[in-house]
Amino acid sequence: MSRSSTLTGADWNFLFICWLIAAISTMGSIFFSHTMQFPPCVLCWYQRIFLFPLVFVFATGLLCHDQAVVRYGLPLTWAGWLVALYHNLLYGGIIPESIQPCAQGVSCTENYIELFGFLSIPMLSLLSFTSILILLSILKRRFSR
Amino acid sequence: MKKPLILVISAALLIILFVVGNALYKHKQSEKLGFLAQDEAELFVRPHSAILGSDTAKVYLVEFMDPACETCAAFSPFVKKLMDANPGKIKLVLRYAPFHQGADYFVRILEAAKKQGKYWQTLTVMFQSQSYWASHHNPRPELIWHFLEGVGLDLEKIKQDMGDPAIARIIEQDLADAKRLNVTKTPGYFVNGKPLVTFGYRELQQLVEQELKVMYPG
Repeated sequence: MSRSSTLTGADWNFLFICWLIAAISTMGSIFFSHTMQFPPCVLCWYQRIFLFPLVFVFATGLLCHDQAVVRYGLPLTWAGWLVALYHNLLYGGIIPESIQPCAQGVSCTENYIELFGFLSIPMLSLLSFTSILILLSILKRRFSR
Repeated sequence: MKKPLILVISAALLIILFVVGNALYKHKQSEKLGFLAQDEAELFVRPHSAILGSDTAKVYLVEFMDPACETCAAFSPFVKKLMDANPGKIKLVLRYAPFHQGADYFVRILEAAKKQGKYWQTLTVMFQSQSYWASHHNPRPELIWHFLEGVGLDLEKIKQDMGDPAIARIIEQDLADAKRLNVTKTPGYFVNGKPLVTFGYRELQQLVEQELKVMYPG
């Protein structure tokens, strides 16, 4: 791959939307735990570990106009997306609860909120990771062209 | 507009949004709990709850606590001081939120001690000796018995009474109320139904003093 080149025009806007999604998700997750006092379960923590740094990785990419940001952002996003997927399967009862890893502390299937009847917190996480993943993949294809 | 500026402004807007949302939510929450206190006072005080202080006291300090919680032990002398500074005006209501693993063992001892009329003495000894039996990496609940000898309890009777299913129901009820009131950490305080939103000694003192002013004007 060539040395990282600069980020311009529409690409910058794409990345900006990624940053916005990551930043809003981060704030939302802190709002749930800090303000609404929902204790985050283990799986939520794993997703947060991959989500929080994205805000800074994307911001740095935006400030430095650096295309390489996609390379650093994608692994984090994939990892977060996989945990989110697993969490949703668990939450939806598709994976039986007996093999869930969080017997102690907060249950990962604890239902805190359901916005509009279907948007649970794990679902919100999966939506954010999926949309960031799609946007980053589009960016990656545009750069390789 | 310059691109870095867009980023900085968005970040600033998001942070402002968070701070405002945070304040709004907490305000709404304490209002809601205020209404709960009017409509469902039993959520805060159950007939089984241990109460310390004058019957005529108008300020109810409700504390959700865990005998194995370090912060509860640390706050206990502070709460006593608050009550001594305002004699006859504050009533302490203890509720159980035994979140620590194995903590209900100590709740059961407390409730059994209540039958012998030594509830508060037992609690004091528990908090004072807590560091010996409640170490996080090496909890040794059996050590408590050694310390209880000084209280003057009939320890054999305590061991019998501890298993009373009525005590299990008390714990269950308190945990259910804690959940309704959104108590997820101990100690959780409510002063006349108003929650202690920001945790701390000074914040608790302010909340109590504010209620004292309302209930005892002039």
